[in-house]
Amino acid sequence: MSTFLGMPAPPPRSPYGTGNLRGDRAFPRAAHDELGNDQLRRNLGRATGTIRAKRLNVTGEVPDWEALRDAGSAIKTDAMNRLPELLEQLERKVTERGGTVHWARDAAEANAIVARLVTATGSDEVIKVKSMATQEIGLNEHLESVGITPYETDLAELIVQLADDKPSHILVPAIHRNRDEIRRIFLDHIPGVDPDLDNVPAHLAAAARSYLREKFLTTKVAVSGANFGIAETGTLAVVESEGNGRMCLTLPETLITVMGIEKILPRYQDLEVFLQLLPRSSTGERMNPYTSLWTGVTPGDGPQDFHLVLLDNGRTAALADAIGRTALNCIRCSACLNVCPVYERTGGHAYGSTYPGPIGAVLTPQLAGMHAAKDDPNSSLPYASSLCGACFDACPVKIDIPSLLVELRHQHTEQTGVTPEKLAMKAAAAVMRRPALYTAAQKASALGRVVAGRDGTISRLPPPLSGWSDSRDTAAPPRETFRSWFASEEGRAALRAAADEQNTEQNTEQNTDHDDEDAT
Amino acid sequence: MSSARDTVLGRIRDALALAPTPPVVAPRDYRTGRALPDAERLALFTDRLLDYKARVHPCTADRTAEVIGGVLREFGVRRIGVPAGLDARWLSGYEGEVRQDHPDVQPAQLDALDAVVTASAAGCAETGTIFLDGSPDQGRRALSLVPDLHVCVVDLSTVEAGVPEAVARLAPERPTTLISGPSATSDIELERVEGVHGPRTLVVVIRTDA
Repeated sequence: MSTFLGMPAPPPRSPYGTGNLRGDRAFPRAAHDELGNDQLRRNLGRATGTIRAKRLNVTGEVPDWEALRDAGSAIKTDAMNRLPELLEQLERKVTERGGTVHWARDAAEANAIVARLVTATGSDEVIKVKSMATQEIGLNEHLESVGITPYETDLAELIVQLADDKPSHILVPAIHRNRDEIRRIFLDHIPGVDPDLDNVPAHLAAAARSYLREKFLTTKVAVSGANFGIAETGTLAVVESEGNGRMCLTLPETLITVMGIEKILPRYQDLEVFLQLLPRSSTGERMNPYTSLWTGVTPGDGPQDFHLVLLDNGRTAALADAIGRTALNCIRCSACLNVCPVYERTGGHAYGSTYPGPIGAVLTPQLAGMHAAKDDPNSSLPYASSLCGACFDACPVKIDIPSLLVELRHQHTEQTGVTPEKLAMKAAAAVMRRPALYTAAQKASALGRVVAGRDGTISRLPPPLSGWSDSRDTAAPPRETFRSWFASEEGRAALRAAADEQNTEQNTEQNTDHDDEDAT
Repeated sequence: MSSARDTVLGRIRDALALAPTPPVVAPRDYRTGRALPDAERLALFTDRLLDYKARVHPCTADRTAEVIGGVLREFGVRRIGVPAGLDARWLSGYEGEVRQDHPDVQPAQLDALDAVVTASAAGCAETGTIFLDGSPDQGRRALSLVPDLHVCVVDLSTVEAGVPEAVARLAPERPTTLISGPSATSDIELERVEGVHGPRTLVVVIRTDA
């Protein structure tokens, strides 16, 4: 391997065609269709509006919020810097406490490990805690392919699974569904559900409770993700609301936790920072209803067989980019989704990845790459933003998402090779370096007026420049350049008039002051 | 072929060599070591718990049994589960069936309980959080999870002002559960609904002089 040669090699991305880190269409095309869905836009607008208000309320009441963000950001950066030693420490601690640690290079390897562990228990079904990592690797699809039935137990994940749908939000995967749609899904898909079920959220939640209760009490194997893994103690953390997490982490005989390697925290004390940052940023609560912390196996309490699967799947590729690696600091709170004007309108499906929204637009291309030659939908993700910066302000670990987007755009342009646009930019740079040529070119640019429409914009250029005009209108060049206007009689007259006006204003001000003095 | 472990660790070392960044020491300028007077901690803790729709019964320690008995009567509870190390005197005001928990008790049997009564390890006033750590008076995690009503006794002296102070009280090796109100979901239109899979009712008995 690379280490034998003493020369570091760039780590590989998540292999193309595996897992759920790539849609089948570029963002603009997918977004175009989603924007046509009025119901979706209404659902999203209402939900994100609600959560934004709650988040501002509970982050505003914490006087040291900025200090917590600084600490959270630095703790994650420190963890990334020391990842090898921290992962080895975590492995040692979990093993000491009776757990078994597995390592997975990619999605396929992680899926195979989990399937093998489930099969070894003799069970053909698992209950699942909502987990981004297992969604990313397509674990459910893999388990089904080998005859193991996964039951999602988070209410939103259950809604998504029953409807054979895809998650569209990190925190609330069924945010694109309203109560009427959810009622319909339950009536159609939950066996034995009360046919008179109405659309009251409390009644819908109760229907999910009675459907899943028997599964919790009888299923022998659970699969979870992890919000945090503490290197110092080997402790794992799952942060949740409904109690489905506690059920899965406590009742079964076997627990398998799939954790991305970037979820590590150096010290147990670090929880004091993240248990403040995460709930307030995520659901807009002072604290989420339930957090479970466990360390290996505890005799007489909870699963007696515990496995931790540490997942790479492109994370080391992101780590190899000094700028891009800050996306690995993400704690999956979803605050950036809720404040994003693009996400609010397109929803999560348009991003095509398990990770939607602003963080998804920077994380997905880094985990799975942007393959120019394959017309990769991921290449469009860094452009799915207006760079307004709201995501940066909302991020509890201060990930500078706008700068990451710009960096990824740069990388994409670099690797795309020679395009007409790029040639044009090169030509422009050459011309601007030579004043005489520049003046001549400006005169020639008046020709642009010929192709402009009546509204004074150029909305369609012939190939090879159509790539430029497909995605933006260009204002037609003015009749006259600034330089030629400045040198003309009209320009000189305008400057004289402006100077006169300024003199008059100054005189008036002095007069006014004088009047005031008189009055006193 | 090398193991996945060696490969992943090798990739990480390569990545860090390709993009070295300076060492970072995390600034910890946030609030720590806060202490608030009893009355303020009680008021804050109570306010937060009520915000989560938990029920709160402040009382002095000598009234523990009376308050617990009253709560269990109010909910019509006939069968409770308790951890093996719970103070038996706390149940002297209750006349129904008491089942002492044991690791061999199956989840379905826990589901047949009307309520569970436990103590707690610590609390956090600012967030309305109760910490259970599996000590003998709190029991294993399943016990305080499966029954639909959880009556939890919290001593005010263990309730800290903020999260850092409360986390400092925890023993990392113990299985720990943080509870902030009854189970809840915001999965339908981000509207909070109390009561999903965990206990749908949380009653907190705060002993103000313990």
